[in-house]
Amino acid sequence: MKVSYYPGCTLKSKAKNLDESAVAAMAALGVEMEELPRWNCCGAVHSLADDDLIHHVAPVRDLIRAKEQGAEILVTLCSMCYNSLARANLIMRDDEEKRRTINLFMDEEIDYQGEVEVVHLLGFLDQRIGWSTIREAVKVPLRGMVLAPYYGCTLQRPRDVAMEPPGSFQMMRRLLEALGSEVVHFPAADLCCGSYQILAHPEAAESSSAVILQTAVQAGADALVLSCPLCDFNLGKRQASLLEQGRIEKEVPVFYFTQLFALALGVSPDLCHLELNTPSCISLLKQKGYPFDLDEAERV
Amino acid sequence: MAEGRPMQAQQTQEMKVATGDRPILPEGARTVPIYIMGKRYEVPETLTIMKAMEYVGYKFVRGAGCRGGICGACSTVYRKAGDYKLHFGLACQTVVEPNMYLTQIPFYPANRAVYDIEEIEPTADSVYELYPELFRCVACNNCTKACPMGVEVLDYISALKQGDIARAAQLSFDCIQCGLCASRCMGELPQYHIAQLARRLYGKYIQPRAEHLKKRVEEILSGKYDAMLEEVQRMNREELEKLYEEREREPDLTPPGAWMPKDIRYL
Repeated sequence: MKVSYYPGCTLKSKAKNLDESAVAAMAALGVEMEELPRWNCCGAVHSLADDDLIHHVAPVRDLIRAKEQGAEILVTLCSMCYNSLARANLIMRDDEEKRRTINLFMDEEIDYQGEVEVVHLLGFLDQRIGWSTIREAVKVPLRGMVLAPYYGCTLQRPRDVAMEPPGSFQMMRRLLEALGSEVVHFPAADLCCGSYQILAHPEAAESSSAVILQTAVQAGADALVLSCPLCDFNLGKRQASLLEQGRIEKEVPVFYFTQLFALALGVSPDLCHLELNTPSCISLLKQKGYPFDLDEAERV
Repeated sequence: MAEGRPMQAQQTQEMKVATGDRPILPEGARTVPIYIMGKRYEVPETLTIMKAMEYVGYKFVRGAGCRGGICGACSTVYRKAGDYKLHFGLACQTVVEPNMYLTQIPFYPANRAVYDIEEIEPTADSVYELYPELFRCVACNNCTKACPMGVEVLDYISALKQGDIARAAQLSFDCIQCGLCASRCMGELPQYHIAQLARRLYGKYIQPRAEHLKKRVEEILSGKYDAMLEEVQRMNREELEKLYEEREREPDLTPPGAWMPKDIRYL
């Protein structure tokens, strides 16, 4: 099976561990994630101003590229990309006036009316693959690990593009349980990580991320699992600073769901790029005694 | 230019030599009306914009360079009567059309970052630090539409946002730095300068080196060929001719490694 895939800029630069592990995991399931031959930035943040249509042009252009490929669905991974692509798609499908304006502006491109469906990889696994198929494909069950799915803001908000209804938290649970892990829900699973506030108001962002990490630990999680490079920046890459300030008590491993997915399916750890995660990720996997060759990842 | 005076006439009197697109029209030649900065002129129909402007009396001190479509000095913007679309071209390459409204934009201000290529690293972060405005791109594609060379400007800007310097360098290879992309950018990016940085990083750090060339340079520097050259320099004309005529030559289409000269003293 082949499926059109929109990776997003960050997955090609800072978050190769999200991109490459996903592509490898899906290949292990017999699904080729075919990257769009041409694509641009997704727009990153959906513009809420009613008359600001220029900021929908970037995601719509990507959707046009998918349509040109004959794609019925476009799979994406990054929570921000998913959100901005799905919301722009809704506008093009449902808002006749805005659709007309944007199509007129795009005059050299083909017209677009929301024909492509934007699907998050978790939704794709749920609707097109099935959790039992995944369970059967697992080669290294991730037993003995307690994982806390972290959804952040954009997978479930707003409701009309939610990957699953706000407050539900089932998809990541089903995936991680299919991989053999124990899953714990924690009450900060859909709080904001601090997002772009890390640039203008780092203290505010750090308060937000510290609460999430502490709550996950209190719920008994060995690690946090997420789907967004910006969340990973605030919750993973900023941990050294959080520790230094005493905002958290210990390092918390933070994985992309695709990395654990790939590892459990027997994909080489090299393709999971654990060297890009916090060091505690490799320590945790070693501590649990899984038969992965993690030395290479550690050396990088 | 003098107001109201027909420039054709003035030029015709002064110029003695009519070459190529001569100012003296051959009998029966057709002319077309064009509008240069809003003023109407009748010009021979086969001329390029640049020749047409010279035909009507303009003299280029800037805005003309190679006249061969590669230096990027004569970028021109035009509209056709009744058509909302903007068109772009190089004055030296674009043939005039009836009722085109044109102006040249030989230069467009665009910030160019200062860097020492020896000091910076070939990473996307280097590009982002020097040109943070890269992220103001809204993918409107006006840059690509404006490029007279058909470069996919939006695609190379996107490649850089994806951290792919090599792809940006390759996609922007045909760029002639005319600046029309920057003139149309709503994010105010200096695309062509960013692309030049990408090509410099690619050329210096990323593109694979030719190992055999490096080896040969080392051999030359080590003096391996000095004695041979001196030997040849000492020869008189007759000796040189004899050497040339009697030289061994590898037959055409010989598979690699299948032929060896009889004289292997210099190998």
